[in-house]
Amino acid sequence: MPLAQSSTSVPVVVNDDLCIADKGCTVCVEVCPLDVLRITDMADGRKTAHMEYDECWYCMPCEADCPTGAVKVNLPYLLK
Amino acid sequence: MDEIKEGIEQIECDVLVIGGGTAGPMAALKAKRKNPKANVILLDKANVKRSGAISMGMDGLNNSVIPGYATPEQYTKEITIANDGICDQAAVYRYAEECYGIIQELDSFGIRFQKDNNGEYDVKKVHHIGTYVLPMPNGDTVKKALYRQLRKSRINIVNRYMATRLLTSGDRVAGAICVNTRSAEFLVVKAKAVIMCLGAAGRLGLPTSGYLYGTYENAANSGEGYAMAYHAGAALANLECYQINPLIKDYNGPACAYVAGPLGGYTTNAGGDRFIECDYWSGQMMQEFYDELQSGNGPVFLKLNHLAEETISEIERILHIVERPTRGHFHEGRGTDYRKQMIEMHISEIGFCSGHSASGVYVDENARTTIKGLYAAGDMANVPHNYMLGAFTNGAIAGEDAIDYAADVDFAAFDEADILAEKTRVLAPTRRDDGVPPNQIEYKTRRLVNDYLQPPKVTAKMELAQQRLAEVRDDMNNAMYVSNAHELMRSLEAASILDCADMAAHASLYRTESRWGLYHNRVDYERNDKDWFCHTLLTKGKNNSPTSRKEAVKPYIVDIADDEKDAYNHQRVTAAE
Ligand SMILES: Cc1cc2nc3c(=O)[nH]c(=O)nc-3n(C[C@H](O)[C@H](O)[C@H](O)COP(=O)(O)OP(=O)(O)OC[C@H]3O[C@@H](n4cnc5c(N)ncnc54)[C@H](O)[C@@H]3O)c2cc1C
Ligand code: SF4
Ligand code: SF4
Repeated sequence: MPLAQSSTSVPVVVNDDLCIADKGCTVCVEVCPLDVLRITDMADGRKTAHMEYDECWYCMPCEADCPTGAVKVNLPYLLK
Repeated sequence: MDEIKEGIEQIECDVLVIGGGTAGPMAALKAKRKNPKANVILLDKANVKRSGAISMGMDGLNNSVIPGYATPEQYTKEITIANDGICDQAAVYRYAEECYGIIQELDSFGIRFQKDNNGEYDVKKVHHIGTYVLPMPNGDTVKKALYRQLRKSRINIVNRYMATRLLTSGDRVAGAICVNTRSAEFLVVKAKAVIMCLGAAGRLGLPTSGYLYGTYENAANSGEGYAMAYHAGAALANLECYQINPLIKDYNGPACAYVAGPLGGYTTNAGGDRFIECDYWSGQMMQEFYDELQSGNGPVFLKLNHLAEETISEIERILHIVERPTRGHFHEGRGTDYRKQMIEMHISEIGFCSGHSASGVYVDENARTTIKGLYAAGDMANVPHNYMLGAFTNGAIAGEDAIDYAADVDFAAFDEADILAEKTRVLAPTRRDDGVPPNQIEYKTRRLVNDYLQPPKVTAKMELAQQRLAEVRDDMNNAMYVSNAHELMRSLEAASILDCADMAAHASLYRTESRWGLYHNRVDYERNDKDWFCHTLLTKGKNNSPTSRKEAVKPYIVDIADDEKDAYNHQRVTAAE
């Protein structure tokens, strides 16, 4: 059975101006119980955290533990 | 990250605790403190720092038995009555006796419990009969406080490994097979004793929002505890008594009667009228809730808008910082202000959970399962209505018993072929070039659970569920496809969910007599008082599918008078009132 990609709007947003993944921070990635955040390279070569998988319990550890306040947890669209 | 790597490592320990949420950390701490020389491993699929139901803290203990407010006898009696009388009292009684000591210990970890002006615990009444709810003013710090203790006691923590199967040797446990959730590498842990604290099976039914992770339970709790116990040959009890909770519609988190109730909030119908006597979550209460939803009086709401401003601010303060803090965002998005609008409520999808019901791995008062050296505690162990303090207390009981057991035995030898077989099963979806992704297998399973297995339960529908689920299993076994290690974790979860769905169908069909309000309402059977008073135990049968039997309820240690037995059966507010 062939596969197709379908888009989804993800609930967790990272402000890449505030994110210090470049300095080695991975706190949000580490604390997420569903393991859905990852660090990625941006076009300008810096790194930032982002939501890689739309599988979120909207529980907040990522936002609460981020040292710079870069993470904002919104409700997944389907239930908000 | 997420690339699939081949690899397998083997380690050993005295006691392996699987699941570092609530029960698990306490089990590990108690085991290590009783024998500091022992090697205790605490393993979690997430990161113990923020894993489990209490990841963002809790607002209070639902079921504390505090001298001066309640006695172990009284509590045991209430839980027995709240469970239709089908309850082995020894485990409930032992919990009731020991939980006060655990509260004091949690207090010494820096977790505060509400006290009144005289310095006494300020316990609130929510249950039908007794008074057990104890607020935690700094409840948001629970997980941090526990984590500090784990570090201090030098517990060996292994994060991001998902346990997939137990290893056994005859009637004894020998360890567990685990898979790294970011690399698919295997870890075989040989252990003299294993304590399972993997939480509820929270991804069994599909929430009405359709969002797979919009569950009541922490969505990491996908039922591996139940599936692993089953495949190892342990008995599981009363699985037909699902967990179903009254929750904020769509948000699918608690509102929560335990916080708002003592402050004057209550459940109403659309007309703003009370229709249930008691907001404590029981099967009978859920039946009334369901009936009201289906009736012309629905939907159902939580009413707070009659309360004084300072009371509402207090409720908001609690509900928006702990447990499910995004509650505040949700209400804001919908324009719901507790001062003005009532909060629309709904009933949740089904799950297995003993913390809020009675469906769990069968254990005795020492948290021992039916397999030697294998323990279970917390939401997945069938001590009814156990909640957070039950997870802590029974975790402690399991830890102390397991460490003694481990001192007296050597490692059990297991069959290497079991590891090979598990490797083949786990990696099968990585060996294909395309196929059905795990989210579709999971979605279909859970949609079928909703269509056919949630109560009111009908025989013909449940039989259809079995047929359809068998087809999904076929697809899972022969066509599931994953492209990375993260998806591989999801595929293993899908398998656990399907195992739980099969168990739910089997257990529900087996007990023809209705019991416990909505939880096991078999609408096509009359209630039959003769055959009804027993546990049902499910195990893996010879043909590798579930088999069930009845098990007598153990003689009570706290007697229940005939006129007390029905206390939970009359939940509806009568017209006369
Ligand atoms: C939203 C919500 C509100 C609640 N409110 C209250 C309250 O106010 N008061 C109260 O007393 N009780 C409350 N409860 C109940 C209480 O929180 C639970 O009963 C208790 O925390 C359960 O503890 P546990 O250890 O069994 O499970 P959890 O704490 O959920 O831990 C399970 C752990 O197992 C891990 N895990 C799962 N699968 C695997 C695997 N395959 N391999 C390795 N690890 C795995 C998970 O990552 C998790 O860390 C609430 C529960 C919820 C969900
Ligand atoms: S915790 Fe905050 S700063 Fe650190 S990686 Fe995540 S978003 Fe960036
Ligand atoms: S809200 Fe919870 S599940 Fe969602 S990304 Fe943050 S930590 Fe992960």
